Amino acid sequence: MIKVNIDLNLCQSHGECVAIAPDLFQLDENDFIVWQEEVDDGRRADLEAAVNTCPMTAISIEG
Amino acid sequence: MRLVIVGASLAGLRAAQAARRAGHDGELVVIGAEPHLPYTRPPLSKELLQGRQELEDSALPVDELDVRWRLSTEATGLDRTRRRVRLRDGAEESYDRLIIATGCRARRFDGPGGGLPGVHTLRTLEDAVALRAALAATHRLLVVGAGFIGCEVAASARSLGLAVTMVDIASHPLAPFGPALGERWAQMHRDHGVELRLGVGLEGLYGDASGARVAGARLSDGSSVDADTVLIALGSTLNNEWLTGAGLELDPAVACDRTLTSTHDPDILAAGDIASVPAALAGGARVRVEHWTTAAEHGQLAGRNALADHAERESHTAPPYFWTDQYDAKIQALGCPALAEETPLLELAPDGTRLVAACVREGRAIGVVAVNAARRLAWYRRALQTPQPLGELAAALAQDGSSLGNPGGARR
Ligand SMILES: Cc1cc2nc3c(=O)[nH]c(=O)nc-3n(C[C@H](O)[C@H](O)[C@H](O)COP(=O)(O)OP(=O)(O)OC[C@H]3O[C@@H](n4cnc5c(N)ncnc54)[C@H](O)[C@@H]3O)c2cc1C
Ligand code: SF4
Repeated sequence: MIKVNIDLNLCQSHGECVAIAPDLFQLDENDFIVWQEEVDDGRRADLEAAVNTCPMTAISIEG
Repeated sequence: MRLVIVGASLAGLRAAQAARRAGHDGELVVIGAEPHLPYTRPPLSKELLQGRQELEDSALPVDELDVRWRLSTEATGLDRTRRRVRLRDGAEESYDRLIIATGCRARRFDGPGGGLPGVHTLRTLEDAVALRAALAATHRLLVVGAGFIGCEVAASARSLGLAVTMVDIASHPLAPFGPALGERWAQMHRDHGVELRLGVGLEGLYGDASGARVAGARLSDGSSVDADTVLIALGSTLNNEWLTGAGLELDPAVACDRTLTSTHDPDILAAGDIASVPAALAGGARVRVEHWTTAAEHGQLAGRNALADHAERESHTAPPYFWTDQYDAKIQALGCPALAEETPLLELAPDGTRLVAACVREGRAIGVVAVNAARRLAWYRRALQTPQPLGELAAALAQDGSSLGNPGGARR
């Protein structure tokens, strides 16, 4: 499993991560980010794309 | 295989990271004219100028990337037959595959007074440090050019309490978004105390009595504006001179196919602001995007594609996206607003602070502009991949039922 963390002090709700993997990242009614914190290893490529496309470099992954 | 990347900023870094991740185990050289490891530019006109972030915060994480960085090193020529990049110091780097990521620089004002102390442009970290220091001792800032960077700096300077005048030859700020939305941006800046001088151009800058510093500007309508600091924000110029004579197709950016491969040489790819790439929402025409997210996406794809044969390379399909932050408005755009003929509102929140407008050309939506509506933008990213009749988009929106609200009286 890969652990996904988003630094909420940095995230500005750009929604890049949502565009890349809508099943793992969503914006709620108030445009706040919600995400799946434990993700299957098979999704590594999507997670890496999200990490590298987030304009705020708010996303980090572990494992 | 030797992979050489020219340009050590966002697109170049993402390309290097992606190449390593995709298994490139040969040599990897990144050549960059700036003395710094890659950093991110958006905060330079926003958080950094406002004093909410420090220099270190704009560094991009570089990890333990196995790269030979050649910083403070400018490429001055390209010899495709010998597969060499020529460098300023006379040395050369040979490549098997080359990624061009040399981006843009700020356009300067070369009219009278353009070289006076106190006249700034903003593209690099050094520019931001100099401008920040100047603003600390400024009473009135003149911003020449009401594009994205001009508007952001005007907003940042207002948040610091400076008097700000912004001039533009166009009739509205953020001209690529058209006049209807332009009225809103103009009002937003006026509401925040910016003095806007629209439809007038800059004739020249003049110095103080000793001529040691800029003191103001003469405008095309015969008037003048006093200012102790001037930001020239007249857009950008491509860093393409080093490619002159190399036999690549320059339009004037590096013309590429959808796989970011240069049209004349399959061993050369381009990424970021310097790449001109066909976009579905532009009807397949090549566009240059000059925004952060596209540079990051291009870099990742170019790094992977450079390892593959041309026939096996993937296409870049994500629509152009960008954002700008001004005061309490986050403006986000998708697609090709600059090509639109009109921008009817699709959604408007009852309090008027949040909205989505369509960018329409020949009856088809080719993009949207959203204000404080990030979640709605995510919906349009799915709904709008190719040009779409406006009626169909509006019908899909009605079905969806999560609109911010009906714009009602607004022009449809
Ligand atoms: C102040 C500012 C604010 C911005 N804000 C936003 C924003 O809010 N949203 C948004 O979407 N976009 C924004 N942008 C745009 C975004 O930063 C750019 O799209 C992005 O930097 C493009 O990345 P790039 O790597 O393609 O090019 P660049 O960042 O331009 O990097 C090119 C690099 O190549 C180097 N180089 C050039 N020529 C040579 C040569 N001959 N040899 C070696 N090296 C060379 C340059 O020195 C530079 O380091 C902003 C830009 C600025 C300047
Ligand atoms: S891409 Fe980054 S800034 Fe945008 S919503 Fe995701 S985490 Fe937040």
